This record gives sequence, C-alpha cells and structure tokens, in this order.
Amino acid sequence: MATKLVKLLSELREQEAVEFVQKAIEKGIDPVELLGDAKEGMNIVGTKFAREEYFIPDLIFSGEILKGVIRVLEPHLSSREDEKRLGRVVIGTVAGDIHDIGKDLVVFMLDVNGFEVVDLGVDVAAQQFVKTASDKGSTVIGLSGFLTLAFDSMKKTVEAFKEAGIRDSVKIMIGGGQIDDYIKNYTGADAYGKDAMEAVALAKRWIGG
Amino acid sequence: MDKKWEEMSSGEKREARFAQWLSPKDPEGNNLKFRSAEAEASYRARVTRFKDAVLMEKLPDRIPIYPSGTFMQTDLTGVTPYESMYDYKKLLDAHKKFLVDYEPDYYGSPAFVGSGKILDILDFKQYKWPGHGISKESGYQCIEGEYMKAEDYPALINDPSDFWLRTWMPRVFGALQPLANLSPFPFLWEVVAVSGSMIPYGIPPVQNALKALMEAGNEAMAWIQQITAFELEVKGMGFPTVIGGAAKAPYDILADTLRGSRGIMIDLYRQPEMVLKAMERIVPLQINQGVGMATMAGNPMVFIPMHKGADGFMSDEQFREFYWPFLKEVILGLADEGCMPFLFCEGSFNTRLKYIRELPKASCFWIFDRTDMAEAKKLIGNRLCIGGNVPAGLLLTGTADDVRAYCKDLIDVAGKGGGYIMSTGTGMDEGKAETIHVMIDFTKEYGVYM
Repeated sequence: MATKLVKLLSELREQEAVEFVQKAIEKGIDPVELLGDAKEGMNIVGTKFAREEYFIPDLIFSGEILKGVIRVLEPHLSSREDEKRLGRVVIGTVAGDIHDIGKDLVVFMLDVNGFEVVDLGVDVAAQQFVKTASDKGSTVIGLSGFLTLAFDSMKKTVEAFKEAGIRDSVKIMIGGGQIDDYIKNYTGADAYGKDAMEAVALAKRWIGG
Repeated sequence: MDKKWEEMSSGEKREARFAQWLSPKDPEGNNLKFRSAEAEASYRARVTRFKDAVLMEKLPDRIPIYPSGTFMQTDLTGVTPYESMYDYKKLLDAHKKFLVDYEPDYYGSPAFVGSGKILDILDFKQYKWPGHGISKESGYQCIEGEYMKAEDYPALINDPSDFWLRTWMPRVFGALQPLANLSPFPFLWEVVAVSGSMIPYGIPPVQNALKALMEAGNEAMAWIQQITAFELEVKGMGFPTVIGGAAKAPYDILADTLRGSRGIMIDLYRQPEMVLKAMERIVPLQINQGVGMATMAGNPMVFIPMHKGADGFMSDEQFREFYWPFLKEVILGLADEGCMPFLFCEGSFNTRLKYIRELPKASCFWIFDRTDMAEAKKLIGNRLCIGGNVPAGLLLTGTADDVRAYCKDLIDVAGKGGGYIMSTGTGMDEGKAETIHVMIDFTKEYGVYM
C-alpha cells in the first residue's frame, strides 16, 4: 500500500498522489509513514534527473506535488520531529546577481536528499557567506551565479573565506549559466557542478551520507 | 525585374533583402555616403562574407567575425552599464570606439541596451537595471514572475493584443496599471458605441497612464535619433550590423515574458492543451514582428534569442511537442518572407540537433554557446551555417594563448568548408581586451579560405 505513493509521486501523477494521501489519512495510516514515502518518491525523481530521464520541469513539478501532499499531511503530523540530517550546506547566489532558478533547484534537491540547507537568497555579499558558515558550522558552501559578473563575486567570496582563516575547513562548490572548469580554477573553488544532482553528489562526497 | 513583392518566390525575396543590406540607404532613401572608397569596399566585403557563410552556396573569403555583446563593448571602453543606459552619447561613442579599436566584421545593435530613462518613466517591474535595484556596474537582470497567471490562458488565446494591453502591460509597468480600466477595442462599433467607449479615457488615472506613454514616446524619439545617427555613421565607416529584426520562440514568449520559468513548467503538466493553443496564437505574431522589423531595417537577419528549450530545460518529448513545432513554424515563416533567422542558443543544444536537421538548407543560421561543435558540424553543418562557442569564461579568465588555441580548434573543426561564424556563445556583459583582440585577430589570420 505504502509503496503506491512512492510510485505515484515518482511518476509525477499529481492528482492521484494527493487523493491517495487524503484517503490514506482517512483510513488511519500513519502520516509520518506517508511523508517518508513521499520523500522516497522524490529521491527517485532525483535519481531519474541524474540519469537524464527527468529534466528541470519534472523536478519543478515534483516539488509542486510534494507541496500538495505535505499540505494534506501537515495537520496530522503532531510534531514534526526533526529528522536526522546529513549535514548543513550554506548556499546563495553571489553578489550582484539576482538569478535564483538554478540555485532553488539545488536547494530543493539537497533538501530532499537529506541535507539541511541554509539558503541565503540572491545578491549575497561575500562576508555573509563567511559569517553564516561560521555561525552555523557549515563545511559545504554552494555559490550560484548566472551572469559573467558572478565570476569575480565568486572569486571574492572564496578569498573572503581565506581572509577569515577558514578556507581549509570548508569545501566550496560553484554552478550556474556560464560556470565551467575555467571558472572553477579562476575562483579557486573546490569543484564545479553542472546541475542540481551534481551538487548533491558533491555534498555527499564532502559531508558523507 | 520589377516583380511585385507578393509575386516573388521566397528565394527572390531573400535575394532582394540581401541586396538591400548590401546597399544601405540614408533616412531620405538615398544611397548611404561611405566615409571612403575603402570603407565602402569593407562594408560590401563584410556583407558578402556573411551572405556566403549563411547561404552556403560558395566559400566565403574568410570566416566572418561577430563578437556578441550587450554591455561588453562599453565595459571594454570604461563606460558603466548605468552610463550605457542613461547617457546615450557615452553608449554610442563606446560602441564606435569598440569597432575602431577591435575591428570585428559586424556590430550588434546598441539599441538592445535600451534606455533606462524610458524604463523609469514606465516604472518597469519585470527587470532590475543598473542603478535601479542593482548596482550601476551590473547589466540588467530579469525578475522571474508570473506576469500572466495560470488562469489567464483563455484571455490570451481569445485576444492576445487585448491581453497584452489590459492585463500584461498593467502588471509589468507600474505607470500603465490604469490601462486595466480600458474596454476592449472591438467593443467600439458604430455610432451608438462611440461616446460610451471614450469614458475610460476621461478617468484621471488612465489619463496619467496615457501621459506616461507620451513621455516615454518623447524619450524614445530622443534615443532613436541618436541610435540612428550612430548606425549611419558606423555603416559609413564600413561596419554592417547582423541584426535586422527580432522574434522569439513561442514557448519562450510564454516562459520568459508571460508565465515565467516555473509557471510554464507546471503548465506543461496541468494544462498542456492551453499551452499548445496559446503558442498557435503566438506563432504569427512572432513572424509578423520579425518580418516587419527586418523590412524596416533593410536587413534580412532576424535575431531569435533562445532560452528555455536548451538541453535539460525540458525532456526530448516536451521539446518535440511544445518547443520545436512552433519555433520551426516561426523559422519557416520568416524564411518564406526572405528573412534569415539568426538563432542565438545560450546553454547547450546537443540533444536538439536532430530536430534542427529537419530545416531546409540555408533557411537560417545557429550561433551556439556550449553545444558540441564537432557534433553540430556533423549533424547540421552540411545544410546550415553554425557559429559561436567561444566560452565567456575562457574570454574573461583565460590567457591570449588559451583563446588562440581554442579558436584554432574551432576553426579546424567547425570552420572546415565554410558555414561557420566566429562568435561568442553568449551576449557578453564584460570583456577582456587581450582575449577579445586575439579572438578577432587570430580568426582574420587563420580563418582565411582563399
């Protein structure tokens, strides 16, 4: 029974997924179990995305379906205990750049893959990345940028970690429109990821999980 | 030879448009006066070079060079994005200096930078621009949003112009918000409807919106006069532009202009039929826009910036169903009118090459960014001119030697046998003097065919 929700979600069958959850709740099925299944469905979506069987619209839409499922479950989840997270990733679009679609996809995929994500939003100053990483004790930093001006902002952000004396205790990944290995070298980041699943793979490699 | 336009075949129309491009006129309709015989010869050689590259009937003398930039030209000459949008003279002097100092073959219109003053007057909400929400040193950036709501499809499909005027414009321009009070124009018919139809134009907020339009119009005239003077001057110096008109893929009109990236992606699942119907309505509008602008400019090139159909942005099935058929219709419609669609493909289009192959020979040309150029040459290079692929990251952070090596490779692979244009794969906002010079100078030397 429970695996049905995994399947409905991973196959992006929105209406059926939401109806299934409504009925399951009426039947008294444990909402925590349902939430677990929904997340498992999302993991399959992520895997399919990494295999290039699914694409960005599928990711976006799966997020919509998950929102709908959680809307039904929320009132029945007595206290959403904090599930164990793999680790904490600080992420944001670098200074001067306000693009957020790519960054949001990375946040979303990290989240469904079990990471705690601190999303600083867009046009984030170098110092803010450093401060948040120190305050939160994060070891993985994600810098996003769509414009070419982001190259310099990323470089400055990496340098800010150096100046703060914590460059060696964090791993920095970068990604976005014109980002490639040239820019990885230019900015001094540790890695470049071409899409959201590569970000997840990098975070897993660095944090474990 | 005095065949009427409507009696001409598409091939004849194309030939006529290229002939117009080769022999530019001044605003009075007289032949443009070139600065020197040498400038005139350069102009003609450059147009001919481009024509040979895109029509693929004969080998050009060498590879045409068009470094595509939005704020790059001004950046290279020390003018900020803010100054570029607010001080037209600075913008145009910088573009002129770029042409003189770097000597590419062609320029893209500085009109694409636009006037910040006009955006201010209209209180434009869809973008941030230098000094308005972002720093004066940053180029303009789009604010993703649902400027058309999920439930607006019937209104758009029913009457796109009315939707634009009374729904989209009021949402996108703060100063035009009152236009939502207008009644649809087709409600105006015969004597009994005339007086009542004028009522909205008496409402003070509507009158303010009309005043804002007039003010924006005045500024647009001041702006275009300077742009036109620039165009005449640089043409007279021997530089043609590769941009006549502009159009967009119907899907991108929905994804960029109207629904936003997230909105349209969700529509693909929740209301695919509406998306398809809307795009059917948008196709002729895009063809008309491209043809109209190209005709006015006397230049067959119709620039089509491609966005949300790139690799990864949708599945193969979605591309085949939602993106490609409507884009193809626009391309063929433009080509049928003798225009030369200029597809500008940021991102990568590797998985889309198999569709591009369906297009007739020399019906358009494709400037790529991250697409695999060897694969593109193999799959479409025998029928369509390709170009681009010099990465922004390389140009801005690499050395002269890196760029020389990259361009050599490109010319060896994609330039072989003609049908290639040396270009950046993205509209650059910044530049680095050393590498941009190398990209241009090396191609002039190594990209010679005869």
